[in-house]
Amino acid sequence: MAGDAILETNGLTKEFRGFVAVRNVDLRVERGTIHALIGPNGAGKTTVFNLLTKFLQPTSGRILYNGQDITRIKPADVARLGIVRSFQISAVFPHLTVLENVRVALQRPLGNSFHFWESESRLNRLNGRAEELLEDVGLSGYAGHLAVELPYGRKRALEIATTLALDPDMMLLDEPMAGMGHEDIGRIAELIRRVAAKRTILMVEHNLSVVADLSDRITVLARGEILAEGSYAEVSRDARVMEAYMGTGHA
Amino acid sequence: MTTHTQTAQNKPPGSVTGGEGLLTGPVRTVLAAVLLVLLLAAPFALYPVFLMKVLCFALFACAFNLLIGFVGLLSFGHAAFFGGAAYISAHTVKVWGVTPEIGILLGTAFAAALGMVFGLLAIRRQGIYFAMITLALAQMIFFLALQMPFTGGEDGIQAVPRGRLFGVIDLTSPLAMYYTVLAIAVLGFLIIWRTVHSPFGQVLKAIRENEPRAISLGYRTEQYKLAAFVMSAALAGLAGATKAIVFQLATLTDVSWQMSGEVVLMTLLGGMGTLFGPVVGAALVVTLQNYLAATNLPVTVVIGAIFVVCVLVFRRGIVGELTRILKGSRG
Ligand SMILES: Nc1ncnc2c1ncn2[C@@H]1O[C@H](COP(=O)(O)OP(=O)(O)OP(=O)(O)O)[C@@H](O)[C@H]1O
Ligand SMILES: [Mg+2]
Repeated sequence: MAGDAILETNGLTKEFRGFVAVRNVDLRVERGTIHALIGPNGAGKTTVFNLLTKFLQPTSGRILYNGQDITRIKPADVARLGIVRSFQISAVFPHLTVLENVRVALQRPLGNSFHFWESESRLNRLNGRAEELLEDVGLSGYAGHLAVELPYGRKRALEIATTLALDPDMMLLDEPMAGMGHEDIGRIAELIRRVAAKRTILMVEHNLSVVADLSDRITVLARGEILAEGSYAEVSRDARVMEAYMGTGHA
Repeated sequence: MTTHTQTAQNKPPGSVTGGEGLLTGPVRTVLAAVLLVLLLAAPFALYPVFLMKVLCFALFACAFNLLIGFVGLLSFGHAAFFGGAAYISAHTVKVWGVTPEIGILLGTAFAAALGMVFGLLAIRRQGIYFAMITLALAQMIFFLALQMPFTGGEDGIQAVPRGRLFGVIDLTSPLAMYYTVLAIAVLGFLIIWRTVHSPFGQVLKAIRENEPRAISLGYRTEQYKLAAFVMSAALAGLAGATKAIVFQLATLTDVSWQMSGEVVLMTLLGGMGTLFGPVVGAALVVTLQNYLAATNLPVTVVIGAIFVVCVLVFRRGIVGELTRILKGSRG
């Protein structure tokens, strides 16, 4: 079964002054799936995300998106091609309002982002859409608050709403559930499942029950290398995976 | 049911909107009108030369604040734009014999071009590296000003004629000069106000708040930062060029690193990232300088000490702290 890869890497490698954080990773993400990237702390998961979104330049290897080589493009252009990421440490615009956070993402396609002579009220026509997105993540009612005032779980929800505002073909979520309470986890998992209906998701997550529940396919990374790959049932039986997790004190 | 009343949710009571929701709508308009009337009446109560100095430095500080307060870039080389433009306008008015408004425009254009060069070289750097590069580039401008034949070395360019605005209005009249400077300062301030509250300004604030996130949303942030840098340089140039006409003088002081430091001081004192903070800071520093010059106290030491105290006591600057106190008492 050939399948249809939306994102593919060949021999992806990143060295930091002699320390190889990511080694020879061949990753293949099928279109329309939820693909999880798991592994112990320091395995290189975030580094892989940084490489895929070009926040870091790979030492060697290639990245293909829809068959197009994107190894040398700029991070802003990765987003324009339809790959939008979230960050491990919640990335919002703290002193903008919740509504403005989402609106900044909606604004770019309008093409007036360099217009310094226009009133910002020009952006009000985006408010309706922004509020829909906020409602999707359970944030309606917070639109006028500064993002910095939100509790942690809601900041993560805001980050997801902002990412969704770009209507990306592919979302890269780095630990979307980290630091969230129980109800929040349930709601965000449901949201991820729903938005995955029309897009591809690559997700780093430590919460294994969420991973088991959501993912179609799982890649296990340890010390920068791919250790195992397959469905949750397959990788959870793998002896090396269990050892890698035990070895660093994980359950 | 998921139909909510959208407008009601837009602004829950007691929350802040747009980052500066304190003085909204009519209140702000009334305050601005009162301020404008005061400024129009001011030369009948205070020395016009002093007022013009305040206005020029207020515009300079506002231009600087556009960068640090709304993009988060600390430039330590803004004297190059201020002083560079002063030299150009002084030279073109005195030697080429152009009218003052043309001299000011040429100075401003020079500052914008210089801003483009500085920006292209510095914009990829972050934090302290950005500040260091702008400082180094500004020092090169200082040495050029010291060495080049047309700048007059240690003496600078002196006895610049104020001339006639548009070839008509005689600027040797203090009132005519004052209202010209006021018009320029208000225009500069309005440009900054509009920019901060524009679609472009929204992106700048996003970059200030979290640049990696702005990039991940597809913004080529370097282009926005460069545009803001050129704009800030041009407005700093407008201030410097105007100052050269008012004082009929362009000197090394205008391009020195101390001048770059002074504008940082004014902005931090008044409150960076607030629209009026730099105006207040500039007025305060210029007033102190004038006052202290008449005493035996060492000006720099006293201003430095006041600065240290202010930074320790109100970290957000004067206007920043006032805003916070007013906000606190409301919500
Ligand atoms: N910019 C950098 N410079 C040097 N070393 C780095 C850099 N970024 C990451 N590393 C190292 O690379 C390794 C992988 O880090 P990475 O953040 O990718 O791990 P991770 O799998 O995301 O871990 P976690 O689960 O804790 O988030 C770590 O040893 C880390 O110290
Ligand atoms: Mg990580």
